[in-house]
Amino acid sequence: MTTTTLDKPVKAPTFRHVSASRRIRNNLATGVVWACFAIALVPLVWVLLMVVTKGFEAITSLSWWEKSQKGVLPDQFAGGVYHAIYGTIVQTAVAAVIAVPLGIMAAVYLVEYGRGWLAKTTTFMVDILAGVPSIVAALFIFALWIATFGFPQSAFAVSLALVLLMLPVVVRSTEEMLKLVPDELREASYALGIPKWKTILRIVVPTALPGMLSGILLALARVMGETAPVLVLVGYSKSINTDLFDGNMASLPLLIYQELSNPEPAGRLRVWGAALTLILIIALLYVAAAVVNKLLTRNR
Amino acid sequence: MPSEPSTEPAKKVRPAHSQRAEIIFRSLATAAGATIVAAIALIALFLLIRAWPSVMANEANFFASTEFVTNNADHLRFGIRDLLMVTVLSSMLALVIAVPVGVGIALFLTHYSPKTMARPFAMLVDLLAAVPSIVFGLWGVLVLAPQLEPVETFLNRNLGWLFLFSDGNVTISGGGTIFTAGVVLAVMILPIITSVSREVFNLTPAAHIEAAHALGATKWEMVRMTVLPYGRSGVIAGSMLGLGRALGETIAVLLVLRTSAQAGHWSLFDGGFTFASKIASAASEFSSPLPTGAYIAAGFVLFALTFVVNALARLVAGGRVNG
Repeated sequence: MTTTTLDKPVKAPTFRHVSASRRIRNNLATGVVWACFAIALVPLVWVLLMVVTKGFEAITSLSWWEKSQKGVLPDQFAGGVYHAIYGTIVQTAVAAVIAVPLGIMAAVYLVEYGRGWLAKTTTFMVDILAGVPSIVAALFIFALWIATFGFPQSAFAVSLALVLLMLPVVVRSTEEMLKLVPDELREASYALGIPKWKTILRIVVPTALPGMLSGILLALARVMGETAPVLVLVGYSKSINTDLFDGNMASLPLLIYQELSNPEPAGRLRVWGAALTLILIIALLYVAAAVVNKLLTRNR
Repeated sequence: MPSEPSTEPAKKVRPAHSQRAEIIFRSLATAAGATIVAAIALIALFLLIRAWPSVMANEANFFASTEFVTNNADHLRFGIRDLLMVTVLSSMLALVIAVPVGVGIALFLTHYSPKTMARPFAMLVDLLAAVPSIVFGLWGVLVLAPQLEPVETFLNRNLGWLFLFSDGNVTISGGGTIFTAGVVLAVMILPIITSVSREVFNLTPAAHIEAAHALGATKWEMVRMTVLPYGRSGVIAGSMLGLGRALGETIAVLLVLRTSAQAGHWSLFDGGFTFASKIASAASEFSSPLPTGAYIAAGFVLFALTFVVNALARLVAGGRVNG
């Protein structure tokens, strides 16, 4: 959307003539601006094309989706990434269980209650947290959870680091959605004598829910591919590990990293296959976010 | 604001238990907000606590040394000079490439693209942000690096007199230089620069644009006279946010950049480690506290660096940024 209110002048311009140099400069600028857009599409198309063509072979076999790498030798192309998909989903889900309520409550605080220095500091810190590199978040969890509290490396430690990365995304998207709820709704509720907390829980949050849900799904997609936390906080396992608090657990990014040092052709197949699998899962979350948004908004 | 004092519910007619619920709910919300503030403080605190003993035991100069030898816990020698150099060089190259392109895309989306296509086009650019960084790393090392080799050789041969393009500490053949890493980082920070710039370009007052047209300006002259000056702070803020991302990017750099035993010397054709990739590369050996502390110290410097950059971005944008 542009900000112009009129697309065309009401009256044909009196001075049509534009000198050649100005016209050339104008056309040149138009060309450069279009070219910039084209430049951005090159890597996008290139990356996606590469991942799809090179990963296609791996993901078409059924065992890819229902077997782990247990007992598979580096040069064999067999088994699948079931264990890594399991790890990715479990780690992200546990992170969401912690980050979503916390993030929503923080957003409620910022929109409904927050005034004064704490609110200002919180908004600022949400922005800072959004800029904290994932390796720093991982290092912090290492320093706190493993080095100070003495817990072993585990999938749960990874989830804790992912919480830090998810939080700002959840807070921001929820905040935006809560701000969109019209004040009239709140006032009508207050006029009926309904207390503020109940108004928020029963009126404000349900109104904002579709947007919040899709924001949460996007936050999940964002942290799903994070590699730094899994490198620092958990080891790779070729088989399924259901223990969240102890032992190694695979995930798709970790499997990609692991198999990259495998020089066999089978390793390369697994690398690209896992990359395509990861992208498919993320794409699924994006589609789900769009669908949730559309469905729930239309029913209103 | 949604919570003007006048819209507060009247408090007198409320039964006591409901008021208690209100207090509980309010404190829960406040606690959640405070948790986020506490999280940042805790990050700084715990990194410092864990790093301090190692920095004290360090036998080399922390800021000036190019060494990073941590396998002998009794004689730690580590410094961040090389890490800082590689981090700054790769991020700066990423900025130099991504800022003009990002601004161009933002202009395209706000003022040049056909109106009905602006949203789909914008989503297309945002898709770049959805691709996980490990996939960019994969593409960077296996696909892009060999393609960039001729470009690097050309630059090295013709502009080698400039320190940036002089012979580095790794050979160009095979890719894996700071140059390659910078290009990959540029792709990765493009969406954030574009989206922040787009937001401010959209806010250019219609009156300014119409005034420029009324004076007979061509489209480019209109853009140069109204849109670009008006959006300057947003572009700077977006670039800062992009810089923050580039500084902290871990896995893509770790995969792309080739290691080098020699010290770097400000050439784009060097190899080496950034703060983030150094930490990630050693992550599997985090066992005894003192060597680990050396990496945590590097992590603290990275945290401080990104904190400053992101705070500046907010300051410049005056609280308008949502990246």
